[in-house]
Amino acid sequence: MTDQSRIRNFSIIAHIDHGKSTLADRLLERTGAITEREMREQMLDTMDLERERGITIKAQTVRLKYQANDGHEYILNLIDTPGHVDFSYEVSRSLAACEGALLLVDAAQGVQAQTLANSYLAIEAGLEIVPALNKIDLPAADPDGAAAEIVGILGGDPDDVARISAKTGVGVDELFEQIVATVPAPSGDPDAPLRALVFDSYYDAYRGVVCYVRVVDGELRDGDMIRFMATREEHPVNEVGVLTPRSVEVAKLGPGEVGYLITGVKEIDQIKVGDTVTTSANRATEALMGYEEPKPMVFSGLFPTDGDDFERLREALEKLRLNDASLVYEPETSKALGFGFRAGFLGLLHMEIVRERLEREYDLDLVATAPSVAYELVRTDGHQSTIRSPQDLPDPSEIQSISEPYVRAMIITPTEYIGTIMELVTNRRGSVGNMHYLSTDRVELTYHLPLAEVVFDFFDNLKSRTRGYASLDYETEGYRESDLVKVDILLNGMSVDAFSAIVHRSAAQDYGRTMVDRLRKLIPRQMFDVPIQAAVGSRIISRETVKAKRKDVLAKCYGGDVSRKRKLLEKQKEGKRRMKMVGSVEVPQEAFVAALQVDD
Amino acid sequence: MTDLSMLSADRPDTVELAAGWRSAYVHIPFCARVCPYCDFAVVGGAEDRMTEYVDAVVAEISMEPEWHRLDAVFIGGGTPSRVPSDQMRRVLDALAARFGLADDAEITLEANPEDWTSTHSDALAGVGFNRVSFGVQSFDPVVLVSLGRLHSPVQAAESVAIARASGFASVSVDLIYGHPVETELSWLHTLDTAVEVEPDHVSTYSLTVEPGTELWKQVRSGAPAPDSDIQADRWEQAASTLGVAGYTRYEVSNHARPGHGCRYNLSVWGQGEYLAFGLGAHSFRDGVRSRRVRRLDSYIERVRSGIGPIQASDVIEGWDAELERLMLGLRRAAGVNAGEAGQALLATADGARLIEAGVLAVVDDRLVAANPLLTDEIIRAVLALDGPQR
Repeated sequence: MTDQSRIRNFSIIAHIDHGKSTLADRLLERTGAITEREMREQMLDTMDLERERGITIKAQTVRLKYQANDGHEYILNLIDTPGHVDFSYEVSRSLAACEGALLLVDAAQGVQAQTLANSYLAIEAGLEIVPALNKIDLPAADPDGAAAEIVGILGGDPDDVARISAKTGVGVDELFEQIVATVPAPSGDPDAPLRALVFDSYYDAYRGVVCYVRVVDGELRDGDMIRFMATREEHPVNEVGVLTPRSVEVAKLGPGEVGYLITGVKEIDQIKVGDTVTTSANRATEALMGYEEPKPMVFSGLFPTDGDDFERLREALEKLRLNDASLVYEPETSKALGFGFRAGFLGLLHMEIVRERLEREYDLDLVATAPSVAYELVRTDGHQSTIRSPQDLPDPSEIQSISEPYVRAMIITPTEYIGTIMELVTNRRGSVGNMHYLSTDRVELTYHLPLAEVVFDFFDNLKSRTRGYASLDYETEGYRESDLVKVDILLNGMSVDAFSAIVHRSAAQDYGRTMVDRLRKLIPRQMFDVPIQAAVGSRIISRETVKAKRKDVLAKCYGGDVSRKRKLLEKQKEGKRRMKMVGSVEVPQEAFVAALQVDD
Repeated sequence: MTDLSMLSADRPDTVELAAGWRSAYVHIPFCARVCPYCDFAVVGGAEDRMTEYVDAVVAEISMEPEWHRLDAVFIGGGTPSRVPSDQMRRVLDALAARFGLADDAEITLEANPEDWTSTHSDALAGVGFNRVSFGVQSFDPVVLVSLGRLHSPVQAAESVAIARASGFASVSVDLIYGHPVETELSWLHTLDTAVEVEPDHVSTYSLTVEPGTELWKQVRSGAPAPDSDIQADRWEQAASTLGVAGYTRYEVSNHARPGHGCRYNLSVWGQGEYLAFGLGAHSFRDGVRSRRVRRLDSYIERVRSGIGPIQASDVIEGWDAELERLMLGLRRAAGVNAGEAGQALLATADGARLIEAGVLAVVDDRLVAANPLLTDEIIRAVLALDGPQR
């Protein structure tokens, strides 16, 4: 057990690509936690997707021994946080396990919206912030400008902002010293009943659920019977340990220490991130903080392209969920797409990541329906419910009101793009909140927007309008009543559930026309005319027709042709097998994918 | 053999009879020049090798195990009219000697108008041919040039008259529609002219871009492709013009006066068996379909060496044969007996859709393509049928 005064618990807040992983690697090297031979770049990001996207999805944590200039050895617990807003709940739990946060900003790019949002979370959690500018070796670096921005947000003195290059190592040692000096030591009560915060968990096929914990008061001992205060579940401690980053078993963890805990629990649902662990024998009376069930914000139908893959999709989702309690799903049947699942995600990135993992790691070919949000519905009889799929929306005559989730969006942008961003936000039914100048040429804009507008290609649009210079973050801010309607798309008079969408009345015409137009190009000519219509209720708002095909017959089939012509027709028949039937209309699988694609 | 002289080839009784006929196909690959749309087994030039080739064909005929008397012989190509009549005589003699010919056997030769002189025509009639099929393709000089043909519209009309004068009992012309340079007026003119020269049989083919052909290369590098909607219009115009003139459409692309349906082809569509000789030719005998090598040198070499020219064979039996019966029969105006596969089709959702869309009809237990232009929709549904559980 380590003396609390020699422990520093901190996390790193940084925007994608601002160098968090590289700095973490330097720290691992510097403390000899891993040998050079073991050194992989970006040691902490283990999932392929994380490496590719340069982001952290699952938080990692590592305990490091650091020999400081004062002659003492310190234990530095680096608690990694997911950098993305989708995972802000996880971020807040990770921050709650720390006393300090290193705010790492790319000196060439300045403060970004995500970093700002996470910094506010850290400040709210009472953490000491250690600001640092990275990549000062780059020619485009503007350390003075970036330091001024940081000071503009956090206060303080620009001279106190560390300037480093994680890549070359310049200033890194000084930064570590600053962390030791600035981040407060933990101050738990070793004699009080055990209170440890579960700040993350993952599923291990051999060991069951592994919890990452931060002990606040008392001791977490191997073999003790412990109690999870929120779920009121009791389990024996099978193992406690620290991560160096490999798991190393210890007899106990004392106040201020960070490590892992294994009980016999096999299902990730049974342990709630944010819960407080105490001992059964000597219970603490007050939990550290409450936990929240992860709340899915974005929903999408996931259907296997090949109906035979349904069971494989189910198994893949089950496996993903072992490690991702925030992923929720339930079976959904679509007339057009067959059997699949309606899945709920924390946000757009979370959705994309899950989809990509399903396709890559589980080799599934998926059709995903357009992302939607959860609507609050009040029926004329006063009955209230939540609508997660356009299919569940009743007839307009039964609806008294519909409310949709709104977000507060924070956009940091060079000032020259304010006009185009305002235009985008207005088009998306947004309203202006605040404008806050970070410097003479960079500004933080705050808007109120329907989440549904944000999940639908808002970010891509923002990026293209600002040539990639604007950054976005958002947080939910409750529901507002809106004039929403369901637009149905009908093929030959039959509604195609996969294409139905809940949209604002003012956007219905546009959505309808776009879908009808796309489908007209995607649906091959059939044996008969196929009308494609968009409808709100029984009112047709857009219509096109795919004219019947006129000729589908080979010119010749004679004695010398039979084998070849048969092969040709058999090949065409295989193409036909990949069609989905919507009523009597054959629709190529690719048409569903293409029609549901957000971009273009 | 039943007297078919007045029977229309679109009648069920006619086409069912045809299944029992035995016929033989002989392939003559030589052409003065290869047409840009052609993907048959052809050899441009090389006409100095005709005798050598006919030697090989005659040898192949003598190697074929004995069979039934032949009801129809079809000499196709290529351009069989390039071959001197005495060489053609050797081929017919070999067939007659090996298998025998029915008294009223249909003996067809494919010909190009530019080869058709009175002398040649008389000589071929004297050798025993009683049916000739001319590759007319169009009566519009612009279309003819675009199709790479070497004859003029006048030559085409004359060749029909010459064949009549030589005593050919049945004269057919082939027409091709839907080339991008062809206008509607041009096609109507071609149809009218065809009717004026009074053939007994007219085949009308939509121009098809076959992979690997010169036309295919042109289209791939940006030349306009035939438009299938326009071709559908042209098909309808052909059926209507020829119908009014007394020709009955008895297959997707074939029209005939009563008694002039092509027996060889009717036999194929009735799943009858046929022998085949020459390079690239396909035979269907004893439930086995065999194809011969396509290259001139290897064909001659393999016949000479006694290996035989067959490159590959497929056994067509059971459910496979049943599906093929429908595939072939559905191309006929008379349709095909529904039978086991037809009943199976009608029991599927595909079958119901085809009926509902007016593409397929059931007439007296026969399946008929009610919209012949969409016949392949039906055939694909047929080929998708699962066999009965055995």
